[in-house]
Amino acid sequence: MQLFMRTAHELHDLMMKKEISAEELSKAVFDRIESAEDKIGAFITRTTENAFKRARAVDRQIQSGEKIVPLAGIPLAIKDNICTSGILTTAGSKILSNFVPPYSATVVERFDAAGAAMVGKTNLDEFAMGSSTENSAFFVTRNPWNTSKVPGGSSGGSAAAVAAGEAVCALGSDTGGSIRQPASFCGVVGMKPTYGAVSRYGLIAYASSLDQIGPLARDVTDCALMMNVICGHDQLDSTSAQYQAQDYTGFLRDDVRGMRFGVPEEYMAEGIDPAVRAVIIKAMERLESLGAIVEYTTLPHTEYALPTYYMIAPAEASSNLARYDGVRYGIRAEDAEDVIDMFMKTRSKGFGNEVKRRIMLGTYALSAGYYDAYYLKALKVRTLIKEDFDRAFEKYDLLLSPVSPTTAFRIGEKTDDPLQMYLSDVCTISVNLAGIPGISIPCGFVDGMPVGLQLMGRHFDEGTLLRAAYTFEQNTDYHKHYPEL
Amino acid sequence: MITKKDVDHVALLGRLELTGEENDMYTRQLNDILGHFQNLERLDTDHIQPTAHVLPLKNVFREDVVGRHISREEALANCPDRHENFFKVPRIV
Repeated sequence: MQLFMRTAHELHDLMMKKEISAEELSKAVFDRIESAEDKIGAFITRTTENAFKRARAVDRQIQSGEKIVPLAGIPLAIKDNICTSGILTTAGSKILSNFVPPYSATVVERFDAAGAAMVGKTNLDEFAMGSSTENSAFFVTRNPWNTSKVPGGSSGGSAAAVAAGEAVCALGSDTGGSIRQPASFCGVVGMKPTYGAVSRYGLIAYASSLDQIGPLARDVTDCALMMNVICGHDQLDSTSAQYQAQDYTGFLRDDVRGMRFGVPEEYMAEGIDPAVRAVIIKAMERLESLGAIVEYTTLPHTEYALPTYYMIAPAEASSNLARYDGVRYGIRAEDAEDVIDMFMKTRSKGFGNEVKRRIMLGTYALSAGYYDAYYLKALKVRTLIKEDFDRAFEKYDLLLSPVSPTTAFRIGEKTDDPLQMYLSDVCTISVNLAGIPGISIPCGFVDGMPVGLQLMGRHFDEGTLLRAAYTFEQNTDYHKHYPEL
Repeated sequence: MITKKDVDHVALLGRLELTGEENDMYTRQLNDILGHFQNLERLDTDHIQPTAHVLPLKNVFREDVVGRHISREEALANCPDRHENFFKVPRIV
């Protein structure tokens, strides 16, 4: 198999055995970027020099007999809403098209310390608002399995890069499904950790009570290795949880005997493509055959999750995006009469349609006279949705569902109808509202396009999620299929 | 029902300048989206506590000591216009 399609843990072993060097690996990945990027469009910025500098440093370590940590020298892509010191960070928006952060996000610092070779910054829906990466202010990213289809979003560039061999692993962010849904559409592993497990310091904020950074990887082992790097308390994020970081690879055991899986019937109901449902049912049967207990259950408030999310997230966004005013960073509109006029012209020119739509919706929901009816109501329903999960986890270790109602859709298919686009998040948003961890793993294909299986777990129980995902992966070979470009 | 006048008002609050076409589009789309939200009215939430945040976190305090910080030049490096050590903006009054 070609080098750029191998997993990080295989590549680590090859480097330790001196069969390949980190520099050769970076070269293989950049050659791949060179040949694939015209078709895919995963990267907004390439950081070629940075990657080779890192790779050579790792090679020197290996040469001098030092032991290197698991992700040292591994080519890593980073979603362009995660700040990288001295490297352009746009959030996919025209308003930040010239922004060079003076500091790095905590997750970037941690990957730097681990010796990872950052290859570039990936495309996304503007400010992570979208489900297809079509809302990027710059260009559309294409799905490596079929370039007339979307890669999903908002972390579409990160998912496409990993699927196409343009990076070995990647970081994304997930506010309503933005890691899991593109992972599902592109046939890779994607994990949204528990809210508070990973520092949000340096993540350009969309909806602060929902946002979480997480890994996109080729297999569950790589996902666990990335979790080892990014999880843990950070005093620069006041919502970072105080908990002991752990070695997630310790959970990677091929064993689900006696594990209890609940399948919320609302996630398998009408609206889910029958072909996708059939693939999920096959996955349920596979887990049962491995000794798991799989039963249907209910999350009765599921139908309210979508409207709840599309009230809370835009409300938080309207507040978070107030900072883009053309004063301290980003672009500024010329020819303003006074400062208010400058704000208005800058924001109108700098934001795209979806971002404006969410600012409008959120501003309306928070405005005088509507706060109780809309925003407060949504926060109360959020409690009911969270309680559904609490009850389900009294009986089940994990919940199981599709990641998205369909496989990847055609480019342009949903751009004119925001409600239709929002519906592609229907299986993933509750996880963010409840703050629990979720993972998407490849579980089959429909008409040549990948389908993702979603597993959801209790707060801070990523270990059980990874163990179940690992077991499924060890007993299937969907993760070994690669798109042909 | 959101009117075009509401949309203009909300745009002003959000510091957005909309064209006539954009106003039409957002009036229609916000009504669609908020129509979907009406479903929540079926739920009785009078005695439900709101969840703004899922973790049982309280205010996080630390000692008031100087930590690491970026320099003034770095802080000013991205601004569109400056005057000496200040961010410069158009006329305010």
